[in-house]
Amino acid sequence: MINQSVKLREDVFEPAESAATRDGFGAGVVEAGKADPRVVVLSADLAESTRAEWFQREFPERFIEVGVAEQNMAAVAAGMAAAGKIPFITSYAMFSPGRSWEQVRTTIALNDQPVIICGMHAGISVGPDGATHQALEDIALMRVLPNMIVISPCDAEEARKATIIAAKLGKPAYLRFGRAPTPKITTPETPFEIGKSLVMWRSNTPKVALLATGPLVHHALLAARELDESGLGTVVVNVPSIKPLDIDGVISVAKECGRVITIEEHQVAGGFGSAIAEVLIRHHPVPMRFVGVQDRFGQSGEPNELLSTYGIDVHTISAAAREIVVS
Amino acid sequence: MLTEAKTGEIESKAEAIRETIISMLVAAGSGHTAGPLGMADIFAALYFHELTHDPKNPDWEGRDRLILSNGHIVPVRYAAMAHAGYFPVEECLTLRKFGSRLQGHPERTRLPGLETTSGPLGTGLSQAAGIAYALRMDGKRNHVYCIMSDGEHDEGNTWEAFMFAGKYRLANLTAIVDRNNIQIDGMTEHVMPLEPLREKYEAFNWHVFEVDGHDIPQFIAACEEAKAIAEKPTVIIAHTIPGRGIREIEGDYRWHGKPPKPDEAKRFLEDLRSMSGRITGEHN
Repeated sequence: MINQSVKLREDVFEPAESAATRDGFGAGVVEAGKADPRVVVLSADLAESTRAEWFQREFPERFIEVGVAEQNMAAVAAGMAAAGKIPFITSYAMFSPGRSWEQVRTTIALNDQPVIICGMHAGISVGPDGATHQALEDIALMRVLPNMIVISPCDAEEARKATIIAAKLGKPAYLRFGRAPTPKITTPETPFEIGKSLVMWRSNTPKVALLATGPLVHHALLAARELDESGLGTVVVNVPSIKPLDIDGVISVAKECGRVITIEEHQVAGGFGSAIAEVLIRHHPVPMRFVGVQDRFGQSGEPNELLSTYGIDVHTISAAAREIVVS
Repeated sequence: MLTEAKTGEIESKAEAIRETIISMLVAAGSGHTAGPLGMADIFAALYFHELTHDPKNPDWEGRDRLILSNGHIVPVRYAAMAHAGYFPVEECLTLRKFGSRLQGHPERTRLPGLETTSGPLGTGLSQAAGIAYALRMDGKRNHVYCIMSDGEHDEGNTWEAFMFAGKYRLANLTAIVDRNNIQIDGMTEHVMPLEPLREKYEAFNWHVFEVDGHDIPQFIAACEEAKAIAEKPTVIIAHTIPGRGIREIEGDYRWHGKPPKPDEAKRFLEDLRSMSGRITGEHN
């Protein structure tokens, strides 16, 4: 059953509206800019598709175009933060932080400057652009960095909230956004807090916990309803805050269900599932399965056909749940 | 106005900085020798004349910003800061030791008075440009200096930063390039030719000065002129001799990345104290 206390949209299973999480960023960064004049946005020649343009239209004097130079963008932003600004740097996740990782590590993370790295077009659902543009490693790259906060919002509304909060953290942060429109599932009243996870669905006698991050949370909810109808109970947890992780929440749901499946649009090596496994192996080891990309590169295609081909859709989640309860 | 007396004072600070560098490198047992010695005159000129700063209040908002991009020459910065009063000179001997604020490569969060964390090359000018851009947005008049190596011009990021600062006409930014012609694998023009540097900077919309990096009045005159240029960023190519002040290592690229051994240090200090053999006295 949907957890009513988290105030999801009424139409969560038949969503009438969808939007890309990058759109939530675009709206959120304008709000952050209105709230705090220190907020600046840097763009590496992708202002339209990253939605940085929305900020540019409102605050042209606080928008800085750096050209196709992601390494320079990261370090310029570190300098601006050193001089009291709150910089959001925008590009595709594959290039920022993909190309600029060392600059991010030294000038932002080790240097502990509050730069917010906004990685758009993350995951395989970028689609037709193909493997070169499908960032499937960015969570791993960012969560290994001390001082770095890592957030992966599940829908446009959560992306908007994450963006607004990121401006107030005073810490380096990585925000991960997708290109494709995905169902809106949360409302302005749905809680969002750094370091907290959110139970969105709980069956009566759950045997499997489905821990998901990003827009795949919706797939997890669809799988949960399907599994519940066939008699297999689950708990669905939305985990937007990959670092810091809601350790108590993760342990608690693992104890409740005894089995955990992690779901992410990312390589299974080093990403969200690995972060969950690191917690559980230490505190409460349970059988686990990892739904994600299995050590492969993507290819061109439509988002849904890629998710299905690469084994990160409703069907794969349900199959993993059925398999883990019998093994 | 730079008087002869003031110049002499800065020169004697530079010599003190060189002696401290040798002592700290010997105590550390690792680190870079040639670059820090080659930049001692410029650091003395900056910390004892050119910079607006307050050693007792390192976070003072009115300070000029000195960004060190090539973090490996940080012993010269530590020595200059100590002699300027940021911390006791004796603390220099903790360089590279466990628990020291004086990390092998500089970390902003560990030592007040550092503006950035650096070591990996090619990012200092970007950060300096970001600081200059933000200060200008806020209508502040502080000047931003960025010390860079010539070797780090091999990095693509360096040129991205030159392009960025040129585009935005960051006139409050002055890059100071330590043109000592050496890098780890040999002479810069063999490893990866950089010339013609002046023309490259000009093509990137920078105003260029070229000075003898050991001629303190000449360097200070260039800094003063740089601050008067209002329409574009400025770069001072400072021709320096790596290992300057110790005749047996001057210009030798093999001294880029190693410290002197104790017996070598004794000879080096004697050479420094005799002003390269120009004076003899009780030290010899």
